[in-house]
This record gives sequence, C-alpha cells and structure tokens, in this order.
Amino acid sequence: MTLDRVKRGCLCRIISMPSEQVRDQCIRLGICEGETVNCCEIVPAGPVVIRKKRQEIAIGRALAKKIAVEEI
Amino acid sequence: MSGCHQTSDYKEEMNTGRKKIVLAGNPNTGKSVFFNHFTGIYVDVSNYPGTTLEISCGRYGAYSVFDTPGVYGISSFNDEETVARDIILGADLVINVVSAVHLERDLFLTQQLIDTGIPVILALNMIDEAGKLGMEIDVEALADMLGVPVIPTVAIKKKGFDRLAASLIEARPGNKTPELQVMLEPLSLEHGVPQGEALLILEGDPVVAGRWGMAPGDSREIIYRKRRMHVNNICSSVVRETYAGSGFASRLSRWMIRPVTGIPILAFSLWAMYKFVGIFVAGTVVGITEGEIMLGIFEPAVRSLVGYIMPLNSLPGTILAGEFGLLTMTFTYLLGLLLPLVVAFYFMLALFEDSGYLPRIATLVDRLLTGVGLNGRGVIPIILGFGCVTMATITTRLLASDREKKIAIFLLGLTIPCSAQLGVIAGMLSGLGPEYVLLYVTVIFAVLVVSGTALNAMLPGESSHLLIDLPPLRLPRPLNIIRKTGIKSYAFLKEAAPLFAAGALIVSALQLTGMLSYIQRLLAPLTVAWLGLPPEAATAFVMGLVRRDFGAAGLSSLSLGHLQTVVALVVITLFVPCIASIMVIFKERSRGEALWIWGGSVLTAFFTGGLINQLSRLITGGNSQHTPLILAFAAMVSALGVALLLRLLTCHRKKPGYSI
Repeated sequence: MTLDRVKRGCLCRIISMPSEQVRDQCIRLGICEGETVNCCEIVPAGPVVIRKKRQEIAIGRALAKKIAVEEI
Repeated sequence: MSGCHQTSDYKEEMNTGRKKIVLAGNPNTGKSVFFNHFTGIYVDVSNYPGTTLEISCGRYGAYSVFDTPGVYGISSFNDEETVARDIILGADLVINVVSAVHLERDLFLTQQLIDTGIPVILALNMIDEAGKLGMEIDVEALADMLGVPVIPTVAIKKKGFDRLAASLIEARPGNKTPELQVMLEPLSLEHGVPQGEALLILEGDPVVAGRWGMAPGDSREIIYRKRRMHVNNICSSVVRETYAGSGFASRLSRWMIRPVTGIPILAFSLWAMYKFVGIFVAGTVVGITEGEIMLGIFEPAVRSLVGYIMPLNSLPGTILAGEFGLLTMTFTYLLGLLLPLVVAFYFMLALFEDSGYLPRIATLVDRLLTGVGLNGRGVIPIILGFGCVTMATITTRLLASDREKKIAIFLLGLTIPCSAQLGVIAGMLSGLGPEYVLLYVTVIFAVLVVSGTALNAMLPGESSHLLIDLPPLRLPRPLNIIRKTGIKSYAFLKEAAPLFAAGALIVSALQLTGMLSYIQRLLAPLTVAWLGLPPEAATAFVMGLVRRDFGAAGLSSLSLGHLQTVVALVVITLFVPCIASIMVIFKERSRGEALWIWGGSVLTAFFTGGLINQLSRLITGGNSQHTPLILAFAAMVSALGVALLLRLLTCHRKKPGYSI
C-alpha cells in the first residue's frame, strides 16, 4: 500500500521511500523508514500531511504514491 | 558595533582574524533575535523557510558574529545549506538555536554540528511555549548527553540572554554520534582532513570532497540513520510529555489546508488584501500622496524653482522638470504612487509570512501548480510577484529544480502584474463594471494556464514534488511586522530609485529626439489595426518598458472605450516586465534564455490583445453588452481545452526529483 491511499486520521508505518534524497530530507525532519506517523490531513487530489508528535510535513500527491506504508 | 549585509562584506569579516561566532539553527527558531541581541543589527526574521538568503554579520566584543540561513542540516542540498555549511566550517564556536517545541527535528542539526567537532553551545529557545504545550525538558540531562552547555531561553522576551553571553566561553566539542569516530579516523588521521570537512566528505558532500581532491563518500544514509536514532534516544530520555496540546492553532491549521475551508480562507485573505492594498491604499492614500501632495504641491514648486534658474522649455529644463522630468515625474511616481503601494504590499506579505500561513497556502494550491510544472512552493514567488516582479524573480532561487525556475520566471514576467501596475489597473478596471473585470482576470489567468502547461510539456524532465515543513501557526508580532515592512520598503526604494531616474532620462531623450512619435508611428498599424486602439497607446507600451506602471498609468490619460481599455490593460500586463526585472532575468538566466523570455512576452502580449479585439468584432460587432462575458467564456474554454490537450499529449514522463 502507498501513502496516498491511507485514510485521514489513520496511523501507518513507513516502509520505504522512493529515493535517497527524499529519505535524507525526511530523516532530517524527524521521519525515517520504519517510523509510525499519523496521516492527519489529505487535500483531495493534492498533498498528504503526515504528523509525528508536533512535526508536520506536507507531501505532494505524486510523491506520496511512491512511499510504501503499512496501516496499523 | 558594525554591520555587513553584502556577500563580499561577510567574506571579508571571515578573514579579520577575530574569533568567529556563528549562529545556526533550523528555520523558525528565533535565530535572528539572538543576532540582533549580540550585534544590535536587525535582520529579517522569516517564518517561511527559504526567504532569507543573505548573510548578516556584526561584532560582539572581541568576536565577529555571523547569522546563517535556517537549515535542517548542513550539506549541499540547496543554496541556503551551501552558504551555511561554509560559514559553520569556518567557525570558532557555534551558537545553535533550537526550538524546544521541535526538539526531535532540531537536534538532528545539533548533532550534526557536534559531529563536526566545532565547539557548540546550545540555546534551548521557546522553552515557555514548550511548557505551555505540556512538554517538560530535563535541561541538565540534555547537556550531559550532548556534551555541550544548554541554556534555556525565551528570545522574544530576551530571557536567558545574559546567561548565554556569560557561558560562551564554556562552549565545547560535544559527544559524537556513536560509532562515528571510527568512520572519521581514516580521513582525519591519514589524510589530515579537519574533522568537520571529513564528516561532510563521508556524508557525500561533493563540493567539500572536491576541495580535498577526493570522491564524495557514500555513507550519508548510514550516518543519518545512526544520528537520527541517537537523537530520538536523547529525546525520549529528556522530554516528558504531560499532555498533548491541540488548541485553536492546530484546528485553524487544518482548516487552512482543507479545500472546503481553505479556499474560503484564502479567498477571504486575498479579498482583505485587495480591499486594503487595492482600494484603500491605491485609491485613498495614493489620491492624497500623488494627487494632492506630489502633483498639487511638489511639482509646481519644483517647476517654479527650476524656472528661476533656466527657461522650462529649454533642453535641461525639459529633462529636469518636463512631462517626464527627472525631478518631477520620477519623484511623483516613486514617492506618490509606488511607495504607498509597496509599503502596503510588504505589510500584508509580512503578516502571511510571520503567521506561518504561507506554507499552508503552498499545500492548498499544490495540486493547481503541479499542472503548470511548479509545486506548491511556487506560490511564494507568485504572491511576491504581485508585490514586485523583480524581487519575486530573485526568490525563484528557492525552487528546487532549474526547470521550475525557468517556468516561474517566465510566468512572472508574462502574467503577474506587480503592485505598482496592479494599482493603476485596478483603478482603471473599477470604472468599467464587473463583467469587464471578469474578462480581464479570465484572459490573464487563461494565458497563465496555457503558457505554464505548454512550458511544462515542452521542457525536458519533470518538476520536483512538494515536501514541505509546516511550522506552527502563531500570532504575528506587530513589531516584527513593522520592522520587516520598513526594511523591505527601504530596500526597494534604494534599488528602484536609480532605475526610475534612468527610465525618466530615456523617455525624455526619446521625446526630445522625436523618437517617441517615430515609434508611435512604427507601431501604429499594430496598435490601430490589430489591437483597435488609438495610436497614442503605443507610447504607453514603450513606457511600459521603462517601468510597468508607467505604461499602465500612461493609458489612463487616453480616452478609451470599455473593451479597448481591457485590450490595452491585457497587453500592458503581458508585455515585458519593467527594466529592473529584465535586468534581474538577465542576471539569473543565460542571455539567450532571457532574450527568449523577453521576445516571448512581447509576442504573447500583442497576440492575446489582438485576439480579444478581433474576436469581439467577429462575434458581436463589439457593441453587445454581453461581449465581455462571451469573450471571458471563450478564453476559459480555450485555455482549459489547450491545457487538457497538452496534458494528454505528455502523459508519460521521466522520473521526478524531490523538493523540500
């Protein structure tokens, strides 16, 4: 399953990210593979907002399609 | 106390041999307040990642103090990081400003700084906010685990500053990420590379590796992961969460992002902005500053003064105090018309920026902008463009890929009217009735959609995706807003004044040599036959070259029919940007590309304007009251049609990049 399919308000664990650059940027912001995040907002056809503690990141839809996750 | 803001200044200051303190931190940590405290110099406090590219430096006692752009880590991911990296590597000690509210995120940079081996002291800022949110931080344990002094501070209240200043001498190299030392040793022991640079080479920084003639290392992911785990461990042992706060700010943040509520909020914000900038300032305030003060008092005074010294109809008299005079027109436009508009615009932008609303707008509009080959971040240059296209063109640097920069610069030059021009346009449109306003807006929007989609389809590669940090919403601080507005407006005046004077000189020269009427005659077939405008309109277009608002303002003195006004305004809007922005485009892009942008704008402007004129004659003979509505509808349909067609033609694309 990919991040763009997670429902709003659901928790998911990030399994893989598409490229090293995306991975590095996310690690710096505090989110890495294996981490559990809350999918707290989805803009219809637009970005997905994920949250871990107080850190929020908006991720473009096309990129979210390439992030593999599993629902918890 | 001394200040330096220019790039060359800070480089000089690096080499004075004084001890160097560098302020480093993530965006939105309050770094600039610390810089202000130590040096007495005020620098722009930006709540939006990516808006500060300038390096400031000053002095504190025996130290030189440098501010750096807010970054999440040091490497070569973007311009800010590159600049921050080099200053940090040259530091004698780093004051790392950390937001207590975002400890997990911020400590990643802290740990990276510690891993470079440079002495660090940590300012744990916004400790009061963390307390309010129910976080308890064990400061002593944090200092123990990091191995560097930690000073709790509340920057906006100047709390903890004295203790920080007194503790500067205690700054020391901290405890490195576990297992890192073993990885660093081969480089530092065998090749004599200083630890900081060795770390960046291991992390695969190509620039630093190049300086030592080495290949960039491939251990970034391993080091990043170790560092992240180490930081997470530290956080879980020093932070105690008593309750999870979810107040009004986080609900408002949700509403701003959801289209159902976000679009009305955005519409309301833009409407309020229009009411304030477009109606109140452009109408009432400019009426007083331009009409009463400059035209009513200032210009007659200048004319009579110049008249004492020389005849007003002599050559120098015309240049100084004529219709386009250096002392008359330049000052009237600059101080009477532009200054109030620019101040008002920067004020609104400062509000958006300081409150943290901008990245939320970026998230909301991301979907729309991906259609024209940009992502949500592209909204920043576009909004700034409504203030000043020149400034906006410079900010396109924050876009992740060259492809996006190209698209953004072209769209800015072509379709976005700057605040000065917008004021005049709004004034002229407001007398025509809503259907003509709709026509104007639809046509400009249609051109934006079509040219953006076309560029997106034609340019190779694919634009990067949105990946953006949403900083917490907060109430803008009035003092901060006022200072920021003041600084930006002053910077604008300083940059624009010489260009204005040059513009006035050029126009005077054109007028005196008879070139103006020659160009008018040359363009006449185009303006009269194709655009359906009086021949004098050509003057306005030529003046639009000098400054966009000269052109727009030149039109208001002509007597034009309603549809003619819209045609003229469309041409003026799409027509080349002002001379200042052209200069910036040439600076940012190659000469060929800049010329291409220029030519493309002129062509699009005349083509679109003529199309409206010809179509209106074709459809209704130009007399029907429904003409503007029919034309607006036609523009909308054809734009969507072309956009859809282009998208269908370019379904298969290459792999995308990333963006942050």
